[in-house]
Amino acid sequence: MRDVIIVGAGPGGSATAKHLSEKGYSVALYEKRQEIGAPKRCGEGISLGRVERLGLNPPKNCIRQKIDGAKIYAPSGKAVEIDYGKDSGYILERKMFDKWLAEEAARKGAFVQAKTYINDVVRERGRVSGVKGESCSEKFEEKSKILVAADGVESKISRVAGLNTTCNPLFIDSGVQFEMVGIEIEDPKKIHLYFGNKIAPRGYLWIFPKGKDVANVGIGIIGNCSIPAIDYLKKFVENKEELKKGSILEVNAGSIPVGGFLKKMTLDNFLIVGDAAYQVNPIHGGGIYEAQLAGRIAAEIIDEALQKKNTSDNQLNKYNIEWWKQRGNSLRKIEKLREVVENLSDEDFNYLADKLTGEDLVNFTRGNSLVTLAKLLLKRPHLIKLAKALL
Amino acid sequence: MFKWNKNKCLRCGGCISVCPNDALELTEHGIVRDEKKCITCGICDLFCPVGAIKVKKDRDK
Ligand SMILES: Cc1cc2nc3c(=O)[nH]c(=O)nc-3n(C[C@H](O)[C@H](O)[C@H](O)COP(=O)(O)OP(=O)(O)OC[C@H]3O[C@@H](n4cnc5c(N)ncnc54)[C@H](O)[C@@H]3O)c2cc1C
Ligand code: SF4
Ligand code: SF4
Repeated sequence: MRDVIIVGAGPGGSATAKHLSEKGYSVALYEKRQEIGAPKRCGEGISLGRVERLGLNPPKNCIRQKIDGAKIYAPSGKAVEIDYGKDSGYILERKMFDKWLAEEAARKGAFVQAKTYINDVVRERGRVSGVKGESCSEKFEEKSKILVAADGVESKISRVAGLNTTCNPLFIDSGVQFEMVGIEIEDPKKIHLYFGNKIAPRGYLWIFPKGKDVANVGIGIIGNCSIPAIDYLKKFVENKEELKKGSILEVNAGSIPVGGFLKKMTLDNFLIVGDAAYQVNPIHGGGIYEAQLAGRIAAEIIDEALQKKNTSDNQLNKYNIEWWKQRGNSLRKIEKLREVVENLSDEDFNYLADKLTGEDLVNFTRGNSLVTLAKLLLKRPHLIKLAKALL
Repeated sequence: MFKWNKNKCLRCGGCISVCPNDALELTEHGIVRDEKKCITCGICDLFCPVGAIKVKKDRDK
């Protein structure tokens, strides 16, 4: 009997496992892939501030490139530059990073096992009380006081456990990415983002440099587009002088939640962490930080519940409250911003690119100063409704 | 009709996340569909980032 079983060794699962093991609980972390961290489904960007807030000190091999700023391109080609400050962001090597996070959990005492697929939950008097799965093709069953689903966007465990987490498919973007080498990157210390409904419907294209001539080149677009995301990405690469001669080292894909946060992420003896609960920043799709922060919150609530010997839904409800207080409410504001962005025409984008500074954009993506944006939108009659939604 | 192209598929799990009826699963053999749950709505087809799923509405459903 474990105190806690965690399904999925992404950043969310490993963070939960680490924090709980540190507190002395018996924890098992199961991952279906044969190699933790691979293949990646990620652009690998995270800000230094976030890394510090999580109290992480990742080894050198997890960090490929330090970032100073961003260049955001409007459909007209006009770029708005953002200065984040020297070395204030990282492009990670997620394969290394995810594995390192799992290692850290194991070092604190968690039992980590790859190639272990969890396909069902065990129940006792109707309540979740463990898992059923297959580890290196051997079937097994294990009991636990609490089960944590950190199984990513394809989360099955929550549904099997009895929480309906199905969300509106419009809240999930379709993403695909090439890791490319042999390309020319004008400024490897900047990330580059390209907007425009013709090149990326309701989304954007990105170039996240991993060195002078290596980068993640990807796209995230609305999930109900009749043309697959990869076709837009191929076109972008073909039309870009700096990219078109490059080679492709990896093809990655995945879904990117852009809203639809869950009010209820708990049941008796059960809670959800990370992408499985759509805990992602809806404007840029960043979830590495969100998943780990949620893991930390979950670990604190689980600790309290186990100490009180009360792991009921009522007790675990504190996780819902705490997550919404720390993250949900501000992410919800950012979701509103995304709703505005997805309704802008290329002309609107060009107009805003002329009016806004890099500083404005940084504020917006943090959910601040949205009034400034609303005021600009109010000047364009067809955008008044959107502006009001922001105010 | 539901067709999954195993050579195109990147095993990203995206289709599973958007299926409103929980009809898909990613197993060792790739994407498996539960015919009883699927209503051939085509959401997974539109979603797939690489166009690996093709769905046509079944007449009898
Ligand atoms: C194209 C793309 C680009 C992105 N770019 C960025 C970026 O630049 N920056 C950023 O911060 N975020 C980015 N993200 C989002 C980020 O990758 C995720 O938010 C993050 O990985 C979420 O962590 P997680 O632990 O919740 O889930 P995951 O990392 O998805 O981990 C879940 C794990 O659970 C395992 N699992 C699933 N089901 C089972 C099961 N039944 N049994 C056992 N194991 C199971 C999976 O194999 C997986 O390893 C991007 C996403 C995509 C798709
Ligand atoms: S969304 Fe497409 S690429 Fe991803 S798992 Fe489903 S079929 Fe495969
Ligand atoms: S067609 Fe609709 S119901 Fe069937 S698998 Fe695809 S998304 Fe699910």
